[in-house]
Amino acid sequence: MIPELGHFALLLSLFVALVMGILPLAGAQLCQHRWMALARPATTAAFLLIAFSFGCLTWAFYVSDFSVLYVASNSNTQLPTMYRLSAVWGGHEGSLLLWVLMLAGWSLAVAVFSRQLPEAMVARVLGVLGLVLAGLLAFVVFTSNPFDRILPPPAEGRSLNPLLQDPGLVYHPPMLYMGYVGFSVAFAFAIAALIAGQLDAAWARWSRPWTTAAWIFLTLGITLGSWWSYNELGWGGWWFWDPVENASFMPWLVGTALIHSLAVTEKRGSFKNWTVLLAIAAFSLSLLGTFLVRSGVLTSVHAFATDPRRGIFILILLAIVVGSSLMLFAARAPKVSLGGAFALVSRETFLLVNNVLLLVTCGAVLLGTLYPLIVDAFGLGKISVGPPYFNAVFVPIMLPVLALVAIGPVARWKHDDLKTILGRLWPAAIVAAAAGIALPWLAGGWNGAVGLGLALAGWIGAALVSQTADRLKKPGAPTASWWGMQLAHFGLAAFVVGVTLVSNYQEERDVRMEPGDTVMVGGYTFKFLGVREADGPNYRASVGSVELSRDGKTLGTLYPEKRDYGLGSMPMTEAAIDVGFTRDLYVSLGEPLTADRENGAWAVRVYFKPFVVWIWGGCLLMALGGLLAAADRRYRLRVKRTLPAPAGATA
Amino acid sequence: MKKKLKKFLRGGAAALAALMLAHAALAKEAAPLAEDPAVEQRMVKITEELRCLVCQNESLAGSQADLAKDLREEVRGLIKAGKSDDEVREFLVSRYGDFVLYRPQVKPVTYLLWGGPFLLLIAGIVALVRYLRRRNRQLTETPLSEEERQRAEALLKDNRP
Repeated sequence: MIPELGHFALLLSLFVALVMGILPLAGAQLCQHRWMALARPATTAAFLLIAFSFGCLTWAFYVSDFSVLYVASNSNTQLPTMYRLSAVWGGHEGSLLLWVLMLAGWSLAVAVFSRQLPEAMVARVLGVLGLVLAGLLAFVVFTSNPFDRILPPPAEGRSLNPLLQDPGLVYHPPMLYMGYVGFSVAFAFAIAALIAGQLDAAWARWSRPWTTAAWIFLTLGITLGSWWSYNELGWGGWWFWDPVENASFMPWLVGTALIHSLAVTEKRGSFKNWTVLLAIAAFSLSLLGTFLVRSGVLTSVHAFATDPRRGIFILILLAIVVGSSLMLFAARAPKVSLGGAFALVSRETFLLVNNVLLLVTCGAVLLGTLYPLIVDAFGLGKISVGPPYFNAVFVPIMLPVLALVAIGPVARWKHDDLKTILGRLWPAAIVAAAAGIALPWLAGGWNGAVGLGLALAGWIGAALVSQTADRLKKPGAPTASWWGMQLAHFGLAAFVVGVTLVSNYQEERDVRMEPGDTVMVGGYTFKFLGVREADGPNYRASVGSVELSRDGKTLGTLYPEKRDYGLGSMPMTEAAIDVGFTRDLYVSLGEPLTADRENGAWAVRVYFKPFVVWIWGGCLLMALGGLLAAADRRYRLRVKRTLPAPAGATA
Repeated sequence: MKKKLKKFLRGGAAALAALMLAHAALAKEAAPLAEDPAVEQRMVKITEELRCLVCQNESLAGSQADLAKDLREEVRGLIKAGKSDDEVREFLVSRYGDFVLYRPQVKPVTYLLWGGPFLLLIAGIVALVRYLRRRNRQLTETPLSEEERQRAEALLKDNRP
């Protein structure tokens, strides 16, 4: 009964979303205030209905109602409660339901926090969100209904992929989706402004905190995913250029370009067209990511579903979204004003260069991700495009971006000259040179890659410090968004340090260990104490004990595990990690090498990973910087009286 | 639930650790798993850039699948037989096709793949320069728009609290 209620609520929400998408938009064009006034209640209703529907599905998982096909194929009674609940988004149908729930949630947030916006603007933004919501709801209802029944119900459900039974899966997809879906708000603001012909500083100011919020979630989602693979895949990698990772990284790159471009649009009134295009691109890439992951066109660690109907549906949806928004853009763009003039050497130019480089990077990632599909589709053979390609392409384009991170914030708006910029940056240049030359020597020998990485990190960090010192000398406290920018850029520098050091100075040993054996890696002694068998809630585990010590001082014991979830699945490696500020010690248990599992020899892989947590720490700082920027009080100031909407495009 | 379990496991393992300490006198340096570290190093270097054919998206070096284990053993054998890295790769390509290579070979089908990013970069720079030029020209042609913008900004400012 409850699944039927959930299904019914889902169908109702599709109708509500259509109302929310059509009437307020029409009302805003025809000045029908009553139609426009429908936007907020319709949004609330859509959210409540979808939340109810989601609750019903969650309930079906909680009570293990295997008469629901989706529950039976993604959960079983052995699964611990936490994973039974997070299994709701462990498969295709449920993750799409989560997608629409979040879209409705973002829409509701816009409805609630937009009291200071003009009525027509709110109606248009919510209307656009309503149309997107209706499109995705139709997708769920017609191709991916999570409430389909199966008769007779199986006695026991199929297991959730053991890879996904990790706390990482509980938080990673919701965060990622919050980011993906959040760009729909930036998109809706851009489309609403295009329809109204009102692309101005006010529009940029309204959409900026929303865009930043989406970017924060996406940053956190990607960080969590990377942390998850570091912990769960057993060989300590943190980024694989997997197509599914790329699918989340591309909107991030464009989203990053977008928040920088929005800064110019808000402060200087320039780049309006560009900002609109980026908003459209960020959301389209989010949809493309959904298509890539959900259509099954990729074969990768994350893709578990295959059904061409779904792929075609999303492709059509994508074509409609991109096509209609670009047509609207083409019609309106020529009338949009250029904004303030700026010289060739100015902060505007540096930000524009940053934008171009970020987009080129995104284009390269897109090319590499889609190329095998295209080659395959044209029958030209099957090829793989993997990490060697992406690293070869990504790193060279990112180097100038990193160099610019120090220069952009130092340059003045409108007009500056290179001499003064250099004058402000020479201390940073000295620090960069020192860091690039001295540190690799101290760390044990010259290494070009390390030198370059540390020089860039030092360059960004030192420029930040000197700029902050200069700023604090000036009267007036800097705004929260200024601090946010500093923090995020600092996070980027920390990230570069982590990546540089771990990829060049990581040490790794693959050894055969009997109880009592020791191995030295990175100055630490790892002593293998043996393995014991233990039962988990739905798996059997071999739990190894490895004692850590340094210079004869015991530091603690690590317990790497090998888990067997049965049902013919591959054994899972649960690495044990001693996390530290300057290094991680990472132990993963391999195969038993003798018949005696408890007292015999095991293959053990031991890693010393210097500064690896700086990678995620840096990302967290970036997200925190975003949070500071989005929390700036100027976005919360109420506009007492809003300007009447001018007819046509603003001059 | 999970926490309790972890605690239980840790407790058990700690007891085991105490037992094992009795064997401390037996402590010796663990032997490397590989018979020949030089061969192993070359094997890892080669297989890191090869795709495991039965996994979703994992390198041959990292995969735990049986086929990957066999292939690693085969690569070791080829290295020991004196084949060069390129010869090993060629052998695997002849058997499994280009799909096995994570670093696609440069050949007509992949020209666009390898050249694409640089074309994009050049196109981006050209578009940027043209945009900046055109923008400057338009702004000097219509100096009024700047004034209008300032007026609009002044209006906006008046409306701020």
